[in-house]
Amino acid sequence: MTVRRHISVAVALTATVALAAACASRSDSAGATPGVTADTVTIGSTIPLTGTAAPGYSEQGPAAKAFFDYVNANGGVNGRKITLKYLDDAYNPAQTVTLTKQLVLQDKVFAIVGSLGTPTHTKVVDFLNSSRVPDLFVASGCTCWDQPKAHPYTFGWQPDYTVEGKILGDYVKKNFAGKKVAYFYQDDDFGHDGMKGLDKYIDQSSVVSRQPYQPGNTDVAAQVSAIAASKADVVVLEAIPAYTALFKLTSLKLGYSPTLVASSVGADPITVSGLLENFAKQAGSSVKGQDLIEGLVTSAYLPALDDTSNSWTALFKKIHDQYIPNVPFDGNVYYAMSYAYTFTQALARAGKNPTRQGVIDALEKGGLTGSGLVPFRYGKDSHAGYTGGQIAMVKAGKQVSAGTPLVTDDGDGAVTPYTQPQPQAPANGIPAG
Amino acid sequence: MTALASAAPLRLWRQSTVVRHLTLSVVGLVVLYFVSTSLDAFANLQLAQVCYTAIATAGLTVLSGLSGQISLGHGAFVAVGAYTTALLLEHLQWPLALVLFGSVVVGGALGCLVGVAAARLRGPYLAGATLALAVGLPSLADYHGLRDLLGGANGLIVTPEPPPLSLGESFPLERWQAWICGLCLVITLFLLSNLASSRLGRDMRLVREDEQAAALSGVPVARTQIVTFGISAAFAGLAGGLFAIVNNLAAPGAFTLALSLSLLTAAVVGGLGSLAGAVYGAVIVTLLPNWTADLAQQANLPRAIYANIPLVLYGLVLIVVIVVFPGGIQSGVRKLGALLLRRARPDRPQESRQET
Repeated sequence: MTVRRHISVAVALTATVALAAACASRSDSAGATPGVTADTVTIGSTIPLTGTAAPGYSEQGPAAKAFFDYVNANGGVNGRKITLKYLDDAYNPAQTVTLTKQLVLQDKVFAIVGSLGTPTHTKVVDFLNSSRVPDLFVASGCTCWDQPKAHPYTFGWQPDYTVEGKILGDYVKKNFAGKKVAYFYQDDDFGHDGMKGLDKYIDQSSVVSRQPYQPGNTDVAAQVSAIAASKADVVVLEAIPAYTALFKLTSLKLGYSPTLVASSVGADPITVSGLLENFAKQAGSSVKGQDLIEGLVTSAYLPALDDTSNSWTALFKKIHDQYIPNVPFDGNVYYAMSYAYTFTQALARAGKNPTRQGVIDALEKGGLTGSGLVPFRYGKDSHAGYTGGQIAMVKAGKQVSAGTPLVTDDGDGAVTPYTQPQPQAPANGIPAG
Repeated sequence: MTALASAAPLRLWRQSTVVRHLTLSVVGLVVLYFVSTSLDAFANLQLAQVCYTAIATAGLTVLSGLSGQISLGHGAFVAVGAYTTALLLEHLQWPLALVLFGSVVVGGALGCLVGVAAARLRGPYLAGATLALAVGLPSLADYHGLRDLLGGANGLIVTPEPPPLSLGESFPLERWQAWICGLCLVITLFLLSNLASSRLGRDMRLVREDEQAAALSGVPVARTQIVTFGISAAFAGLAGGLFAIVNNLAAPGAFTLALSLSLLTAAVVGGLGSLAGAVYGAVIVTLLPNWTADLAQQANLPRAIYANIPLVLYGLVLIVVIVVFPGGIQSGVRKLGALLLRRARPDRPQESRQET
C-alpha cells in the first residue's frame, strides 16, 4: 500500500521534530550573564577523549577539572564554584562545531576554556566571536589565536609555534655552527609556523633536508631515509609526540642517530618514552624509551615535573595526588592545571559580578601571573600567551633546563634573556583578585 | 458535503502519485515550520543535522534497498559535496541555491563515474571498492599539490550566510539553517518517492531481484545501476553541501570512515529501502550520541569509562533495534500501524500484503 508508506514519511518527519524537541530548551538562564549564577560559573571545553589524538591529551579535561575542584573546595572565586563541562570531540572538527554550539546554545556556558587542537578549534572561532563568548586559552600554539582585531574574544595560552621555533633556531645557530641541519615537520600550520621561526635564525645553506609528514600516516620511512641520506648532524622535529617516537625508532633501524631538537609539543619525556616502548612492543621488540631520548633538546615554558622545590609543581602535584591519582602526573596534567589557574585568576580579576566583557578586560589589562617561566603577552594589542621558554635537555627521562629563560615575539624581534625570578604560587593555591 | 464532492479529490488522491506526494510535502513543510519555530537554537541545529543526514541516508537507502547495490563509501560523496559548496561560496559567491545545486551535480557526476565501476562489481568486491573510496578520497586534501586549494588537514572554513533581513534582525541563524535543510529534505523525499514509483524505480527492483531475468525482460541492467549510483551520490552531495553550511567547515577529519558507516547504519536501522526509515535512522544516528554523552556526563563516572560509555550505549541501542525489528524501525511502525488499523476496523480481518 503505497499510500500508507508515504503517510509514514510524514509520520517520520513529525516524529523527528518531536524527538528533537524533547532534548530542547531545558536550561533557561535568568541571569544577565550566561553561565553565571549566585554561586556557580559554568564553563565548557572540547577535548579528544577517544580516537588517535586521545593519548596524553585526554588527561587535560580531568586535570583542569581537578584544579577547579580544588578551588571550589577552598571557597571558589568570590563565593562562586567553577563547573567545567568537557566534551569528547574525538579530534573531529565536525564534532567540535556541534559540541561547541551545544555548550554555548544549550548549556549556556560563560566561556570556552582550553579547547584543544588547531584543525578543530579554527572552525568555531568565528562562531564564538560572533556570539561574544570568551574563547580562552586554546590548547594549540597556532599563531592564529593572536588576532585581537578579527577575534576580540579569542586568547592563546602556550607560546606560539613561531616563538618556539625562533628560540630553538637561535640555540641551533649558536651551538651547532657549521653543522648540517634537517627539519622533520608536520605538514600543517603547526609545522609551517615552527619552521618560520627556525628559518629566522638557522642559516639556509646549512639546512640540507626538509621532510614533511601527514598526521595519521604512521609510515615515515621515506622521510627518515631522506634525512639520513642528507647526513644531517642535527634534526629539528616540529612534531607531535607520536611522530617524535616514530622518527627515533625509524632512524634507529637505519643506524642513524643525529642530535634531536624538538618543539615542546612533541618533547614531553613521559609521553614520548611511553610511546617509544608501545610502538616497539607492537613491532615485536623491546626498548627502553627513556634511553632513546637521552640528550633531546627542547624549549620548556613550565617548570620541570620533578622539581618539587618549585611552588607551582608542589601545588599541582598535591592537587593531582588528591583528585586524580590514577592519571600519570605528566606534562599534559601540568599544562591543564596551569591554564585552569590562569582562568581562575582572570575570573577573580573580573570582579564580584563577573561578565564576559569583564574577563576580556581583565586579560587585556595584563599583569597575570602563573606557573610559566616567562610572562604572558596579554594586552590590548596582543592575545598571545607565553612569550618564550627555556632551553632544556632530557637527562635520565627528565627535562633539565639550561641557561636563562628566553623571550621573543612571532615577528622579527630578537631572542632576549628574561632574568626576572618566577613568581611564587599563592600559599593556598587560589589566585587573589 | 455530498458523497459526490468528496469522491473526486479522493479519487485524485488514489490515482495520482504526484498529487499525493505533493500534498504530503506541503504537510511536511508546515510541520517543519511549526516545529522549528518552537525549538531553541541548539535544537534547531540538531534538526538541521537530522535533515541533511536524512537526505544522504535517503539516497543510500534507494541505492541499497531498491537497486541492491551496497556502498560503504557514501561519506566520500558527502565530502565532495561539502568541498564543492565551500569552494563555490568562497571563490564564486554564487547564491546559496545555485551553490547547493553545484554540489548535487558534482556529487552525481562522481557517483556516475564510480557507478560505472560499481556496475561491474558484486557483493564483497563492491563493498571493498566503496570502502576504499571512503578511506582514500578525504586524504586527497593532504596531497601536496592541492594543499593550497583544499587547505590540507585544516580544511576550509565556510562562513555562514546570515538569514535574510526580511525575516527580522534577530532571526536565529540556526532556525534559518534548519529551514534550508528541511526544505531540501522535503524536496529530496518528494523526488525519491516519485522515483521509487516510476518506471526507473520498477527497473531498480527488477535488477535487485534478478539481474539475468531483468536483462531478459529488456531492462538495461548496467545503465540502471549506474544511474541509481549517480542519483544516490547526487543526494549525498546535497547533504554534503548542507553539512558545510551548517557546520561551517569542509575538512578531511569530518569525513571519516565512521561517517560512511553511520549513514549505512541509519539506512539499516530505519529500514532498508524505506524513505521514512531513512528519516528515523537519521534521527537515531544524529541524536543518540548526543543523548548518551549527556547521560554519561551526568552519571559522573571515571574518565576511562565515561569516554567510552556513549559508544557502548550507541552500540547497545543499535543491537536492540535490529534484534527487535530485523526489518528496521519502519517495519515496526508498519506492524504497529496494521495492528491499530485492525483494532479500529474489526470488520476488515485481513491486511493486504505490504510491498517493500
